[in-house]
Amino acid sequence: MDISVCIGSSCHLRGSYDIIKGLEALIEQHGLQNQINLAAAFCLGNCTNGVTIKVNDRIVTGVSTENLPQVFKEHVLKALS
Amino acid sequence: MRIFDTSVQELKYKVLREVATLAFEDRLSTGLLDIPKTIVPGPQATMRCCIYKERAIVEERIKLALGGDPENENVIEVLNIACDECPVSRFKVGEACRGCIAHRCVNVCPKGAISIHNQKAVIDDEKCVECGRCQSVCPYNAIIKSVRPCEQACKINAISMDENKKAKIDNDKCISCGACVYQCPFGAIMDKSYIVKAIQMLKDSDHNQKYHVYAVVAPSISSQFSYAKIGQVVSGIKALGFYSVVEVALGADMVAYKEAKELSEKGFLTSSCCPAFVEYIEKYFPDMKGDISHNYSPMAQIAVYIKRTDPDAKIVFIGPCTAKKKEISREKVKGIVDCVITFEELQALFDSRNVELSELPEETLDNASYFGRIFARSGGLADAVRQGLKEHGITDEAFEYKPISCDGIEQCKIALLKASKGVLPENFIEGMACQGGCIGGAGCLTHGPKDKNEVDKYGGQAREKGIKDAINILKFVK
Repeated sequence: MDISVCIGSSCHLRGSYDIIKGLEALIEQHGLQNQINLAAAFCLGNCTNGVTIKVNDRIVTGVSTENLPQVFKEHVLKALS
Repeated sequence: MRIFDTSVQELKYKVLREVATLAFEDRLSTGLLDIPKTIVPGPQATMRCCIYKERAIVEERIKLALGGDPENENVIEVLNIACDECPVSRFKVGEACRGCIAHRCVNVCPKGAISIHNQKAVIDDEKCVECGRCQSVCPYNAIIKSVRPCEQACKINAISMDENKKAKIDNDKCISCGACVYQCPFGAIMDKSYIVKAIQMLKDSDHNQKYHVYAVVAPSISSQFSYAKIGQVVSGIKALGFYSVVEVALGADMVAYKEAKELSEKGFLTSSCCPAFVEYIEKYFPDMKGDISHNYSPMAQIAVYIKRTDPDAKIVFIGPCTAKKKEISREKVKGIVDCVITFEELQALFDSRNVELSELPEETLDNASYFGRIFARSGGLADAVRQGLKEHGITDEAFEYKPISCDGIEQCKIALLKASKGVLPENFIEGMACQGGCIGGAGCLTHGPKDKNEVDKYGGQAREKGIKDAINILKFVK
């Protein structure tokens, strides 16, 4: 599975780096390092609704450190199971 | 309000704007011939002897706006008919000559070029070797030295006069810094423009559906477009059809970090950000080529990262620099950055699409740290490398950092001369060909004294304060 996190200006200001670190921790916590390729992208085209991430081909907007565990569960863990 | 420093810039801009309008509307082939009349409606000439010459000059500008002479490898070209044949003889006797009895000028001249006629000194241009001794001995300061503005601007002597008294650029010497472009009072030297290429890229992307067109913006933008906020400029760039706007300053952060490491390992280094400075070393100090930092310039560095995440992307650099137009055809940078335009040209693009920056909402531009952003001014790079050393954990005991910031190509020359003789006390040369650094670039709209403060202010607004804070994210660019 490929997960990209937008690091364009808007998302950057909304904390993309924290989202990347959060995702890294969650991936490790669930032992999914071999199944998930986590990367940054310069713009995912949703500048007003950041932080935006892309899980395979699906765009997920409005990601924050608060809702990240929920987003991870819904869009990553479900898709993998 | 005044957008440009000079009317010459404005004239150049008008042509670019008209060409951009046609290019956006797919009317280049039919509309080009009308541009001279649009810009010079007549019937009175306002700049030259007649409207026909004015229009002929506009035609030459159109050629440059369309990319100029493809046979000429240089990005700076002389518009022959616009060159006004400024006086060539450099020393002239002025009104103040009293025809004195001492004749110090006659006596000091080593070539016997000065004689007295009707109680006035006269210089024989054929004999004069322009040593300037007569000027220094005249008690009335009557001898005037006049240098053509283009020659005066070109500190590396790449401009001379041809047999028709027109300016001629020696491509073997020229470093494409654009100083002459900005300084010629007749606008007779111009940088080739690639706006049509950029517009075509935007159009062919089919609204960024086929591929994404990124604008990478130089940090000197902070001193430009003073009539609007930077966030509005970002909105404006997107309104032109760009997919995203990214700060080149993030590339600068990375360059500073890598350059600090390279410097500590090699012990001596010259910077690689300014393409005109790099070319200057290659042409004038070839023995020092090995001392040039091996890093990409910030422009190329950020583009490498963007293309890694988006391989089909097209990247347009927007900045103050004419030499960057040449840099992208260098072997090392080929295919990384697809097009270069200047701030002047960006203004023309905005107006060709009726993009009113002051009416637009503010978008964000924030990728880099304070240090990446201050690259835009002289001294900024040296500060950033100092920070880079610190963040690498390289202490003063391990490596004593002694930078010299060379502001303008003349200072670069002095430092390089010393370094080539092994007598330069410093161990890092920050070389910027333009006065003040990039904020003095030839492609800037304005070149004001307060620009440096604007750069520092912009730097201070960065969310990330340290270099690593900014570049850590790049680890995830795979």
